[in-house]
Amino acid sequence: MSWNSLSDFLAMGGRGFFVWGSYGAAFILIVAELWLLRVRRRQSLQRLYQLQQIEKD
Amino acid sequence: MNIFRFSSPQTFYPLAGKLIPVFGTLAVLCTIIGLYLGFFVAPTDAVQGEVYRIIYLHVAAAWMSMFIYLVMAFWSAIGLGLGTRLSFYMTQALAPTGALFCFIALWSGALWGRPTWGAYWVWDARLTSQLLLLFLYFGFIALTRSIEDPRRADKAGAIIALVGAVNVPIIHFSVKWWSTLHQGASVSMTKSSMESSMLWGMLIMAFAAWFYSLAVTLARARCIILERERHTDWAAAEIAAKGAKA
Repeated sequence: MSWNSLSDFLAMGGRGFFVWGSYGAAFILIVAELWLLRVRRRQSLQRLYQLQQIEKD
Repeated sequence: MNIFRFSSPQTFYPLAGKLIPVFGTLAVLCTIIGLYLGFFVAPTDAVQGEVYRIIYLHVAAAWMSMFIYLVMAFWSAIGLGLGTRLSFYMTQALAPTGALFCFIALWSGALWGRPTWGAYWVWDARLTSQLLLLFLYFGFIALTRSIEDPRRADKAGAIIALVGAVNVPIIHFSVKWWSTLHQGASVSMTKSSMESSMLWGMLIMAFAAWFYSLAVTLARARCIILERERHTDWAAAEIAAKGAKA
């Protein structure tokens, strides 16, 4: 292991901005995709259900 | 067992529902193991220092972005050739995740380029062809969503996926064909220029990207199947059962 402390780990040998900027952006985008997918599933079920009710009449 | 049975949306839909949690769990496990190896086992790079640790994200995302496009081209060819609806659904379900990984590859590449090359961006063959891939993904998504008739949208999207697939080998060989700032491949089938813990960290992160893509694509495909098949008996029953609670 190359780290002596948490701050040492976060500093990434002085390149923390670049390393955590990469992983942080990826993390945010992945969480966003998962969240959007949940919203899509719910909205599309709601819309399809409404359409079904209208078409029944 | 006849595997072609699963090319029917009706049998594929519940199967996909069962597989999503399996692939999701595998994705989380691989990410934990891959990042552990990458950040706590793998040593500091002799030349680049710690910043090289972006590799575990960058390479997995870049590989995935190219692979997803090839899978889209594959499904498009099957869809156009055999007329299977599910193939087109899969193509459309894959595109947003492909675009996501393509963007992550470019973003992490820019943040890696600044401290190592001195620039966030250069118009180099590898970077430019990867940027073109991102535009191909955006083009595919915009085109399929802007055509109202879904069957025409399927065909138009399939053509963009097939034609654009030419770009993938260009990205792959760009570092050989042109002299670029981007380094050549560190890993090939026969040899690797990396330390083994670095290599394993990278490969396991690539598997994590695979499992994540599978889980997310199947979830998206299920939405598309319901939307497109809503007039079939089974889909109508599913919508009636789940829609009331949504």
